[in-house]
This record gives sequence, structure tokens and C-alpha cells, in this order.
Amino acid sequence: MKIINKAAWDKFKDCDVTPEEVYHDRRRILKQMGFVGAGALLSSQANAGVFDLFSSDEEKAAFARVALPHSKQTEYDHLLYGDLTPENKVISHNNFYEFGTSKTDPVENSQALKVNPWQLVIEGEVDKPLTLDYDDILKMLPLEERIYNFRCVEAWSMVIPWLGFSLASLLKKAGVKSNATHVAFETLYDPNQMPGQRNRYSGGGINYPYVEGLTIAEAMTDLTFMSVGLYGKTLPPQNGAPIRLVVPWKYGFKSIKSIVRIRVTDRQPKSSWNELAPSEYGFYANVNPAVDHPRWSQASERRIAEGGLFSAKRIPTLPFNGYGESVAGLYQGLNLKRNF
Amino acid sequence: MKKKSFKLTARSLFWLKCLMHAIGLLPIIYLVLLVLNDRAGGDPVQYIIHFTGIGALNALVATLLISPVAKKLKQGLLLQTRRLVGLYVFAYASLHILAFFSLDLLFAWSLFFEEVVKRPYILVGAAAYVLLSALALTSFKKVMRKMGRRWQKLHNGVYLIAILVPIHFYWSVKSEIIEPLLYLVFIALLLGVRAKKSNWWKKNSVKYFTKQERV
Ligand code: HEM
Repeated sequence: MKIINKAAWDKFKDCDVTPEEVYHDRRRILKQMGFVGAGALLSSQANAGVFDLFSSDEEKAAFARVALPHSKQTEYDHLLYGDLTPENKVISHNNFYEFGTSKTDPVENSQALKVNPWQLVIEGEVDKPLTLDYDDILKMLPLEERIYNFRCVEAWSMVIPWLGFSLASLLKKAGVKSNATHVAFETLYDPNQMPGQRNRYSGGGINYPYVEGLTIAEAMTDLTFMSVGLYGKTLPPQNGAPIRLVVPWKYGFKSIKSIVRIRVTDRQPKSSWNELAPSEYGFYANVNPAVDHPRWSQASERRIAEGGLFSAKRIPTLPFNGYGESVAGLYQGLNLKRNF
Repeated sequence: MKKKSFKLTARSLFWLKCLMHAIGLLPIIYLVLLVLNDRAGGDPVQYIIHFTGIGALNALVATLLISPVAKKLKQGLLLQTRRLVGLYVFAYASLHILAFFSLDLLFAWSLFFEEVVKRPYILVGAAAYVLLSALALTSFKKVMRKMGRRWQKLHNGVYLIAILVPIHFYWSVKSEIIEPLLYLVFIALLLGVRAKKSNWWKKNSVKYFTKQERV
């Protein structure tokens, strides 16, 4: 498969994303037809003994996820480019350095994370500071499903059906004061549960707790989402349970996970990757194919989609990850090459 | 191995080589099984690139270890395994690059050249691979005889490879620098041991190396 040029890719834009039911259905049908391949056969229960080597970790005690009632918000679906990334890939290929730096560490090391009780504090330049517990997080606002493109700074991407509510709707509950210019976020700090936080090196050199930030305009735009679930159920820990940010036009590291604090401020907050390597990761971190990472190109991305090894696709990266029509206006007059 | 009287015989060398082949081949079989079983993570492409890259580097370290070990144990015959292990470095590196081309870049040559320019770590890896290929191609006894002294000169290139590859590794990661640093330090130590032994280094850089010699 050759690289699909942008014009050709545009034609695919309006293909619908595969609904989960269809995805599971297709998988089931393929299975019935015996098409899932030698791999699936080998790993079936009958041969489990041989493959315990591979399976023991995952099958020990997966984090329990519950189904969440929700409506479907399809306003941004026309900006998707590609089919849904299957759930098993969304929840097994993660960057969450608190649980280890390899892509498979988070799913392996996070299953015991305690998310209930949880405390999310909303404070700072707000009229009414809030402290939300686990139930508040899931029930305070009506949940909607939104399907977003997701682009990692490492040049891979997914299409993910999130559940949650807009950050703006949450901040409105607290009432943002007029002098607010930014919003700061903070991940749980708990070295007992998060092995990557035990020393600076096992966690990739990041100075924990992980922090992120947005401008107030970015925070209040409808696209900016607080996710509490994916694929119809609560988030698994490796994806940032119980609540995380999703900013689909920015590189994935902006979409901070397992949030315990949201602070509305009147100055630009710190951002962990920017602190670690300011020349490589900016505060804005908008997806931009015209601005390469100093050590690699951002012009294209490997799409993690359905299918095995040989179905991988490399596709061109779009400015603002395809969300230019919704968010380009936020950056008028800003030099995006300098403010990368 | 501790018994002083032990001497590696041609026969035991044969079995040792078999063992080395097993150590070289088993990880590949393991990788194939992982991939077939959907156990290579959500992005098997990246998994394969990393697995084979690390495999190549481990084999490289093993290659460099052979002669100090042979000297220490006074088992000259061991030196004959260097070609075998060295070719595994080449094999893993070839798989690594093949995976990058076929699975990541999907054979987009133009993208490859763009990437080589934009990603300096790939340039370093490519340089190491070119040199490695030269070593693999000249690893046959016939060629060795033909080349005479130049052969040794060329094959000293393995030290350059041993410096380039950890740099390639170090440069490719976002911030998880511990593992590549460990390799860098270990390889530096191995090269340090050799520098101590080598007359050329003694003549040319006595002053520079006197400090490291004690390490
Ligand atoms: C043209 C030559 C080469 C290319 C294009 C290449 C490409 C790559 C790529 C794409 C990565 C992964 C970066 C990432 O996504 O994280 C990588 C990592 C690596 N490569 Fe290479 N490489 C080359 C040569 C070599 C050689 C000759 C060796 C060893 C003998 C090697 C050893 C490694 C190692 C150890 C890693 C790190 C693996 C890890 O992150 O776990 N590479 N290389």
C-alpha cells in the first residue's frame, strides 16, 4: 500500500467510522469463517498452557469497567479520517509513563489502580471551587460519545470513541472569573500505585506529578473534552481512568490522564514535556505537519487501525489534526512555527 | 569453566555453536509467535522494530565480549564463534531495517530519504548498517585470505559500529535514556579494555587514556 496523498485521502473522509457493534460483529463472523488465522487458533483455550507465557499478565485481573449511559454527539464526525481503532488496540498501546515507558507497560502495570474513591479539585480563578468524587465525575453532567482523531507526537494515530462532556461545561459549573487566562491540570501523584513515579528514571525523566495546561480560549472551545470512558464503558487505567482530558487537535501528551486537579489561573502554567525538553515540545503542541519534531518528521503518521501487521497504513498528517475549521481561529495572528 | 585443565575441543566448540544458533534463533521464533497471537501490543510494527533493534544490539555486545572472555579463559578456539555471532548482528539489523521499510514506511522510498535527512538518528543507524554490511560481506574465509591485512583494518570497523548504534538508540527515544545509556557505558567499558591492550592506542593516545585505564 502506497502513501495516500491528501487529495485521495479526502475522498475517504466521509466514510463512516465503523460502529463498535459492526466491529465486533465482523470479528465474530471472521472467526466463524476461520479467518482470524493461526494466531487465534494457537491462543485458544485448548492450547492455553503453551501460551501462558504471553497471557498471564493481561488475564490476571483486568480492571473492571462499567457501561455508561450516553447520547451520541456527531457534530465533529465529518472531520474524522479513517475507521475506528479497535478497542483492544486503544487499550493496549498507551503512553502513560507513570506506569512505565514502553507501550505495553501501562496495560500491564495499571490494572490495580484505585479510582474509587477519587477526588478531582477545581480551583483557582473560579467563583465556586469544586471538589468532585468518583460518582460526581460520572454523573454530574450528561455523557456524550464523541469520536475524535488522536495523534501522538511519536507519529502514530488512532480514531477513538470517547465518552464524557466538554471541559467548558465543567468549568461553567465552577464559574470562570474574568481575569483567567489559562487552565492548569495535574495527574495523580502516588508512587505506591505508579511505579514510574518512584524514581526519575523509571518514569522517563519526567518531574512528577505530570502537569499540562491550556489557554482559557482553548479550554472553553467546545471541542476540548473531558473523557470518562471509551467504547461505551468507563476508562481503563491505562487510558487515564477515571477522568482525562482529550484535546484532539494537539499532540497526545497534552491530553493529560487521571486528573486530580484543575486550576484556573492568570498565567501560563507548566507543561511536563515542555519542561523536560523545551526545544522539542512546545506549550501549544498543535498537530502541525509543517513543523517537524527536531529528531523526526511530523508530515505523516502510522494509523493504528483494524487488522494485523500488514494492514498498517501511513497517512499524511493534517494541520490541527483535521480540526482546523473548529480551532484555527483560536490562533489568529500567532506564529505557529515559533509557537509550536 | 573454572577448572584450569579445561580446554575447548573442536567437538565442544561445535555444540557451543549450536547453542549460540539456538540463542540467536529462538527470539525470532518468539517474535513470530507474539505477532501471530496478537501479543505484540497495539502497534506490532513498532514492537518489531524495537525487538529486532535491541536484538541486533545485544548480539553486537555479545560479539564484543567474545575476545575478552576468550582471553580471560584462555580458550583461543572461542574466537572462532565471532563470525557466527557477528552474522546474527547483521541478521537482526537486516530484519530491523526491513521492518522499518516494509511495515512502517510501506516501501515509500521518497519518504525514506526525507526521513533520513530529518531524523539524524536514522542517518547514524544507516551508517552503522552500511559498515555492518561490509563486514558481513567480507566475513568469508576466502575473502579474508584475499584481503590479508586490510581485512583486520576493515573489521576494526566493528568498534565504530559499537559506538554508532548506541548513539542511534539514544537519539531515537523520547526521554527513556536509561537503557541506551547503560549500553553506551557497557560498550565504552568493553572498548576501554581493548584500548588498554592495543599498541596502536598506546602509541597514539597514551596521555588521553591513562585516566580511563584504571577503570
Ligand atoms: C538504515 C538503518 C536503520 C534504520 C532505518 C533504523 C531505524 C530505526 C527506527 C525507526 C527505530 C525506532 C525508533 C522509534 O520509533 O522509537 C530504531 C531503533 C533502534 N535501532 Fe535502528 N535503524 C537502523 C539501523 C540500526 C542498526 C544497524 C542497529 C544495530 C545493529 C539498530 C539498532 C536499533 C536499536 C537498539 C534501537 C532502539 C530500540 C528501542 O527503542 O527499543 N538500528 N531504529
